[in-house]
Amino acid sequence: MHNAWAHLLWVYYPYLMLASFFFGTFIRFKYFHATITAKSSEIFEKKKLMIGSILFHVGIILAFFGHCLGMLVPQAWTDYFGITEHMYHMFGSLMMGIPAGSLAWIGMAILTWRRMTVARVYKTSTKNDIMVDWVLLITITLGMSCTIYGAFIDFNYRQSIGPWVRSLFTLNPQWQLMLNVPLIYRIHVLAGFFVFGYFPYTRLVHALTLPWQYMFRRFIVYRRRTKVA
Amino acid sequence: MKIKAQIGMVLNLDKCIGCHTCSVTCKNTWTNRPGAEYMWFNNVETKPGVGYPKRWEDEEHYHGGWTLNSKGKLELKAGNKLNKIALGKIFYNNDMPELDNYYEPWTYDYKTLFGPEKKHQPVARPKSQITGLDMELTTGPNWDDDLAGSTEYVNQDPNMQKIESDIKKNFEQAFMVYLPRLCEHCLNAPCVASCPSGAMYKRDEDGIVLVDQERCRGWRFCMSGCPYKKVYFNWKTHKAEKCTFCYPRIEEGLPTVCAETCVGRIRYIGAMLYDADRVEEAASTPDEAKLYEAQLDLFLDPNDPEIVAQALKDGISEEMIEAAQKSPIYRMAVEEKIAFPLHPEYRTMPMVWYIPPLSPVMSYFEGRDSMKNPEMIFPGIDQMRVPVEYLANLLTGGNVPVIKQALYKLAMMRLYMRAKTAGRDFDTEKLAKVDLTETSATSLYRLLAIAKYEDRFVIPQSNKSQFEDAQSEQGTLGYDECAGCALAPQHSSMFKKAEAGESTNQIYAESFYGGIWRD
Repeated sequence: MHNAWAHLLWVYYPYLMLASFFFGTFIRFKYFHATITAKSSEIFEKKKLMIGSILFHVGIILAFFGHCLGMLVPQAWTDYFGITEHMYHMFGSLMMGIPAGSLAWIGMAILTWRRMTVARVYKTSTKNDIMVDWVLLITITLGMSCTIYGAFIDFNYRQSIGPWVRSLFTLNPQWQLMLNVPLIYRIHVLAGFFVFGYFPYTRLVHALTLPWQYMFRRFIVYRRRTKVA
Repeated sequence: MKIKAQIGMVLNLDKCIGCHTCSVTCKNTWTNRPGAEYMWFNNVETKPGVGYPKRWEDEEHYHGGWTLNSKGKLELKAGNKLNKIALGKIFYNNDMPELDNYYEPWTYDYKTLFGPEKKHQPVARPKSQITGLDMELTTGPNWDDDLAGSTEYVNQDPNMQKIESDIKKNFEQAFMVYLPRLCEHCLNAPCVASCPSGAMYKRDEDGIVLVDQERCRGWRFCMSGCPYKKVYFNWKTHKAEKCTFCYPRIEEGLPTVCAETCVGRIRYIGAMLYDADRVEEAASTPDEAKLYEAQLDLFLDPNDPEIVAQALKDGISEEMIEAAQKSPIYRMAVEEKIAFPLHPEYRTMPMVWYIPPLSPVMSYFEGRDSMKNPEMIFPGIDQMRVPVEYLANLLTGGNVPVIKQALYKLAMMRLYMRAKTAGRDFDTEKLAKVDLTETSATSLYRLLAIAKYEDRFVIPQSNKSQFEDAQSEQGTLGYDECAGCALAPQHSSMFKKAEAGESTNQIYAESFYGGIWRD
């Protein structure tokens, strides 16, 4: 691959997407705070939503933490605890990754099918709502393909993709690491970064407003207006 | 003791004629926007009947309101806090009603009625206001209006299901009542307690329950938490909306739109003082039939100097205390005990109360020499088991004696006033049996039957100027983050016509037909 292209894809593009993620989120929360909702369509359809939403959310949360482990924890650390690459791959990627990914994929497939086919949901969806469903479905499909494909080939993403991701955070991007990564992984990585860049401008932002404070507050909330001077 | 003030309402069901004026004026004021088409902050139901949304009183299905857990501690019926966040209910709210539990709102394509002459008469077909597609109308708001006699609807009424089956049979000759419903602005509001975002709150000054549109994230637990199903989901803003008790009017000392426009003058609005520290304890009363009395016990006597001193200390305005002293709500609920909360067994401590209707009972025994022998009232009321038990299921959590006592009182007041007006003799000692005197019976009659505007509405003006800069806040409230939710675009065609130089009369002739504006 030409160096300029490699730079574009593995240096500029991920930084652009991350910048979009942080900048967009900041703008959304600061100036469009009232638009941040879960955008529920449960009032229009319940049964498909129940299966789709629960499967997707559980799956995607597991998958998120799985990615954190896989990308952010250096192989040296797991080696230190005597976890071999084979053990990690069998247990971490396959036994954890496939179930989590499957939950997310089945859930997202149901949700996308629901959005496209249930008239009330479809007619009240914006183009953005429809696009975000497809983007997630495609990204998860690619991710699942990587996991399954990875079971048959000898490829250790913790020697290539993982260090590359961490190098992004240390502001010393090692784009060369991505050159010998199988194509399907590279497409998944690109799609994944696109989700991050796209995130703030979609309904997905509701993930950042988890109402933890509810656990600790009293039941009945009173508000009183303060006097103006 | 922590004294708080609450604006409440009493509805005299005896005088409700089921005209739906309250619902229509409310809708025109608050919910005639895209996304809110199906919402009725105020609606009038025929009871017995299924209601709106269908079977809203079936809390075993909807899990609204509060319940006591195995340790006797007050808990949301939908489950504890952990349930919502940790157990995945936040991904899918099983208790939430669907649109079809309310109804799918529709309009008609009136445009097809105009155009060139055709062989067949044109028909305006119903079109869904959600999808824009053709609709087959099979249900709608108030589909069972006035159909209380139909077994199909009566059998679906959760209140009827609590009554023993053998006495259900004779309800047809007995009973139908209109039940106007709005948000109860509960003291122990489960919607507020359910909201994970903290967007719902009770106003400290007057207890009105509102949704902060800026903070609502659309988790929808308020909708399912409210046992009266009076919080709605706007499908366009994806946020909760509910009856505001017309707070901009209340702040100016004006009654709510529903109360102002009520042609039967059945609605009363006034202030109450209550002890906020004891609300949870009262709502935890184990026996459901005792919850009504437990709530009564929370209200404080606004004429007691000690209470007034404490209220001032707790930051309640003098205007509010004065209003509480003249409150028609306090008189009917606490002093005369003729008004009752709606479904106190939900443990919500609701603040919209109802005077039970006497009409089914009166019509039953009025033809039977009751005027000659007023004592006949009592066996008359006793014989009317179905309506009385039904009313008790509706208004007192099954406490029949207090409903009977109120009916005795209302009937005796009526007989006394009739005798007085007709110049007949009346043994005034009978008034004492129902805790009335000649003076109190007359003044109660004035309050209930004459119902002067200033007697019905005793609302303290809030000193808003102390709390906001009205000029800078003008136009800042509303649902403005929702594109297309404002009304102006709907009328844009008329504005364009006016700009193009059409006269008002021309626009009127083109836009006003079939009794409504069409633009």
